[in-house]
Amino acid sequence: MSEKEMELLTKGSGEAEQPFRYSVGRWGSKFLIELRDHKKLLGIRCPKCQKVYVPPRQVCSPCFQRMEELVELSDKGTLMAFTIIRFSFIDPETGITRPVPYGYGFIKLDGCDNSFQHFINIEDESKVKIGARVQAVFSEERKGNLMDIKYFEMIDD
Amino acid sequence: MERTAIIGIGMTKQERRKESETFSDMVFEAVTKALNDAEMTIKDIDNIVTGCNDFWDGRTISSMAVGDASGAWDKNISCVEGDGTFVALYGLTRILSGSYRATLITAHSKGSESISSLITNAMFDPIYTRPLGLDAITSSALQAKCYMDKYGITEEQCAMVSVKNHRNAKNNPYSQLPMDLSVKDVLNSRRLADPIKLLDASPITDGACAIILADEGMAKRFSKHPVWIRGVGFCADAYHLGDRDLAECKSLEKAAKTAYRMAGIENPFKEIDVAEIYDAFSYQELMWSEGLGFCEKGEGGKLVESGKTEMGGSMPINPSGGCLSAHAVIAAGLIRIAEAVLQVRGGAGKRQIPDVKTGLAHGINGPCGQSHCVWILGE
Repeated sequence: MSEKEMELLTKGSGEAEQPFRYSVGRWGSKFLIELRDHKKLLGIRCPKCQKVYVPPRQVCSPCFQRMEELVELSDKGTLMAFTIIRFSFIDPETGITRPVPYGYGFIKLDGCDNSFQHFINIEDESKVKIGARVQAVFSEERKGNLMDIKYFEMIDD
Repeated sequence: MERTAIIGIGMTKQERRKESETFSDMVFEAVTKALNDAEMTIKDIDNIVTGCNDFWDGRTISSMAVGDASGAWDKNISCVEGDGTFVALYGLTRILSGSYRATLITAHSKGSESISSLITNAMFDPIYTRPLGLDAITSSALQAKCYMDKYGITEEQCAMVSVKNHRNAKNNPYSQLPMDLSVKDVLNSRRLADPIKLLDASPITDGACAIILADEGMAKRFSKHPVWIRGVGFCADAYHLGDRDLAECKSLEKAAKTAYRMAGIENPFKEIDVAEIYDAFSYQELMWSEGLGFCEKGEGGKLVESGKTEMGGSMPINPSGGCLSAHAVIAAGLIRIAEAVLQVRGGAGKRQIPDVKTGLAHGINGPCGQSHCVWILGE
């Protein structure tokens, strides 16, 4: 029998999952708890270069320096980059295909030196531009995870 | 640096789905071809470095699953979880340590067996990034936006890269997507994540590659046409995308500088005859061309417009068709090296660039070119 005619089999990996329980860590927990309980965003400052990072983490990468000073950040910032996703995407958390289009971008919060990424509201696409001012919209019911911020919306300010 | 050479290469055809081969079957094919190419037997190899990724392979310690196919039985085998250029780099350092003389490097992946977006999503931080659905395509879209906005690069210029590379692939029997396209075809293709469209993106691919590295003594003993490693450089940027300036590729600039210094190259555009670079998306060929110093910053778009990167140009880029035409993750960087080896030897068939003395191969690891590895190969 030739290769072309030959029946070739595949095998699925089955329904079992490989669940993890990731530690959010000391700094991440402080960040998410503050977000959940007070709708506030925290950054962390490097004692050496004075840069402020969000979300807070242990090490300033360029300085290789331990960071410990938390700083409160504004819920407003600037949109540094964005994309609008137009292909159907399987949500890694739920396994359900997420409706498209949706947008996310890099937001540089006021008082912070790096950017962090989150959903952006794209209802009015004409306003979604690099350099646009944005503000966090918080979820009504907050659970201590990233989704306690619903998205960032474009603002005039 | 002690003189080290590449004395054998082998690769499978790169295809959307190889139903009749397991990943270890693909590796065996590439290894057999590389050994034949070097006129060696597996007995002449004293150590093996594999390029494997547990997520793409769907099993842990995936390197052990390609041991048999790599001829690793009763030998020292080690693994790099990352792009093939970094796998080869580790193999090179093993030879330079003086402990080994002939190293077999393999790299493979079967993109067809899993859901790519879930795998590339899993490279990100599970607390802050994964829940948003960021993956290879969408993170690259963010980078493309940053880069294009900062330097005024147009979607048409990016599309020209796709047109060129898919056309080049017509000369490469190992490539997956040889195509005659127009800039309009690319611009009108389905929008995935702005500004990236379907034809700006590389395909899902199954494929494997193997190369054999040897010290000078072994190279001279076995090979009539050793291709010498003249320089290698690598450098990594920050893990968190928000910590990086995504419009720039400083780690590539540094990697290239290191490789050029080692190879004694002062003017890369003049001194390099052909380049195989990691174009996972069309904008990347432009951005990496700048990082490699082929043109000034922000001039990548003009470079492709000038025609200099075409087959007949003064700096042909990706005569193989590049990753845009076949993208077996992990293997892709090793394939860039193998293609540059063929070019230096004059054995690249219909995709051969005339009179290649010096070739460049480039690979990336991590989202948006977090780390880069640059190889300079010569006669």
